[in-house]
Amino acid sequence: MNRFVHTLALLITTLAVSTTLSAQPLPPYEAVTAQRLQAPEEDNWLMYRGTYDAQGYSTLDQINAENVDKLKMVWSFSTGLREGHQAPPIVNNEYMYITTPQNHLLALNARTGELLWRYQRYLPDDLQQFHPTNRGVALYENLVFMATVDAYLVALDAVTGELVWEVPVEDYYAGYYMTLAPLVADGKVMVGVSGGEMGIRGFVAAYDPMTGEELWKRYTIPAPGEPGSESWPGDTWKTGGVPVWITGSYDPELNMTYWGTGNGGPWMGDVRPGDNLYSTSVIAIDATNGEITAHHQYHWNDSWDWDEVSTPMLIDYQRDGETVKGIVHAGRNGYLWFLNRTADSIGFEDATPYVFQEVFTSIDPVTGRPEYDMSKKPGTGKPADFCPSLWGGKDWPPEAFNPELRLLFIPANENLCSTVEGEEAEYSPGRAYMGRAESENGGFFIREGAEHIGELQAWNVDTGKRVWTSTFESQNWGPVLATAGNLVFMGGTNDRKFRAFDARTGEVLWEQPTNSGVIGVPVTYRIDGVQYVAVLSGWGVDAQREQNLINMVREKQTYVPQGGVLWVFALGE
Amino acid sequence: MTAKKTLSRREICKIGLIATVALPLSAHAQPANRARPQRGDQIVFDGGDMAGQLISPEQLTLNAQPVAALARDPDSAEIRDGSRLNRLMVMRVDPATLSTPTLNNSADGIIAYSAICTHTGCDITNWKAEELHMACPCHESEFDVRDNGKVVGGPAPRPLAMLPLKIEDGELRVAGAFKGSVGFQQQF
Repeated sequence: MNRFVHTLALLITTLAVSTTLSAQPLPPYEAVTAQRLQAPEEDNWLMYRGTYDAQGYSTLDQINAENVDKLKMVWSFSTGLREGHQAPPIVNNEYMYITTPQNHLLALNARTGELLWRYQRYLPDDLQQFHPTNRGVALYENLVFMATVDAYLVALDAVTGELVWEVPVEDYYAGYYMTLAPLVADGKVMVGVSGGEMGIRGFVAAYDPMTGEELWKRYTIPAPGEPGSESWPGDTWKTGGVPVWITGSYDPELNMTYWGTGNGGPWMGDVRPGDNLYSTSVIAIDATNGEITAHHQYHWNDSWDWDEVSTPMLIDYQRDGETVKGIVHAGRNGYLWFLNRTADSIGFEDATPYVFQEVFTSIDPVTGRPEYDMSKKPGTGKPADFCPSLWGGKDWPPEAFNPELRLLFIPANENLCSTVEGEEAEYSPGRAYMGRAESENGGFFIREGAEHIGELQAWNVDTGKRVWTSTFESQNWGPVLATAGNLVFMGGTNDRKFRAFDARTGEVLWEQPTNSGVIGVPVTYRIDGVQYVAVLSGWGVDAQREQNLINMVREKQTYVPQGGVLWVFALGE
Repeated sequence: MTAKKTLSRREICKIGLIATVALPLSAHAQPANRARPQRGDQIVFDGGDMAGQLISPEQLTLNAQPVAALARDPDSAEIRDGSRLNRLMVMRVDPATLSTPTLNNSADGIIAYSAICTHTGCDITNWKAEELHMACPCHESEFDVRDNGKVVGGPAPRPLAMLPLKIEDGELRVAGAFKGSVGFQQQF
């Protein structure tokens, strides 16, 4: 193509994009019914992971492995805030909702980026934010819901942004806070709480979406006399942590919600001897009444801060010629877990390490219970080195699953390890209750000879085998989106790039440096036949904290700029 | 759908507290334990075996890990523990190594800072003994205690607020209000 023709083509592309962006009246808001949540239209992204099974998969394929190199930014929007921008843009027809750290909620025209309204929460000045982030909204009927860092649940009118109701879920001054996107299921809006480093007692609670009335509340630590209470000595259950800080998944057929749970508190297991149910587990909570009907504990008496909160993925997979109705979870503990589920059980199938893991010595083939190398288990006054690091083989960033290719995509961190030593901790409401002694470089180190840290891995769920691995020098904090276009989208690295991978090979097909590091959950949607990919760029929270430690270890300063910007892409010519 | 706003337990508690003290105080006064440290306040241990007891200058060892502290109204003996924004860290360093503004607010090498990180409001509890830096366990912000709480690492946007001290009759006292704002500042 000569230069003139190329310029003309570019001009036409620009005009086409401009036409696309020209003002059009928004359609009336379509209520988000229970039926729509159970079977979302492929044009929309109505919830945290797109669908209740939390597969993070879209059937849209206009953007695909053959043309993704033509992906261009069509509009962007700056939030004006620093820190971790991790929310997926939630899209209902032409209405889009994003959240930011410090609980701003923005409604945007999903076609043009025009701001429709903005809700700004006024936070108490004595609040402390261990995790300055928010992971998005939930939609139901004509309302949009946000869980706040000062532990409120807020309901706004989706069209006007007017506050309809707000309720305190717990007391922020006692160390409770929330960063997760709520889950709407069975006509209820559900949230879990953070605060595993503050001596909270974790729970999941459900509210009437229309009034904010609490319908049920289920603690993740049983009280004395309840099943599992024998796994907590003395009064440790009162301040034992076990937060739920990432959205659950939902099986409408069983009317069962599935939630991952966090670490016990304080961090050292030796101060709470026992399994500490239901810490570091997946729990099934009946959406009707909040009863815990089943659980599987990934590892007992956690001492590594390996929260297993990442959304449990509901995937049917093959084992021995049979289809297993399953739960799949790439654990922070470094193992990839395949479980099965029924109305009243969660069973173990198999588990395989997906990163270097030196703590487990064996896994019981029937129960899935691991045994430990106790020299790798820190305790009070007992330092221990262990891999993976306390941020695990992966942390909260969600995996994605392509059901056509049968591939599960895991955003992993290899070669990172921790040194942790426990110290006595004194409980005082609202103060850190971790019991971790200080150590050099934040107790963080990189395995000798390591040539990379970040990985994107693809695993065949039917064979349980790894198919490919794409590696990055940087750590990886990128949530994953899979599409029917044989693509996987992910950012997560400290070079600010957002990438598209060939889902079949792991080859990078397209990349875009953005304003900051991309730790937002990517989504895709379609308006008038045009497919868009949207993601928030805005480095912060643990990715930034880990970067500080890597800088210390490597004695090299890598600077990742902060500030939130929503990027929206579509195909150019 | 009617708009509804529910009061939090904390707000209800606050109202209760305000109602309780409404008679002796003016309409806008806040409980003494929530007011920021005042000139003339004493300094006491915050937590541990000696919680609430006065900190004497002799109890602070040169270059040792800072001590968690609170201010106390000398007249009513009320400890100002009603807000976490009142939490302090107190330490002793060599006065000859202090920057001028730090020296001006110190007493015989004893200095006090807000214990609340200016990044996202966490309690600053860590101590880098070699560098004499206070460090935040949440996000690794670091502050130089000998140079006015200057940020020397991590994401904190502002220095720590220093609380001026003096020694009167051998007793540690607050010499003035915090120098700078305490805690995180919300972005809009």
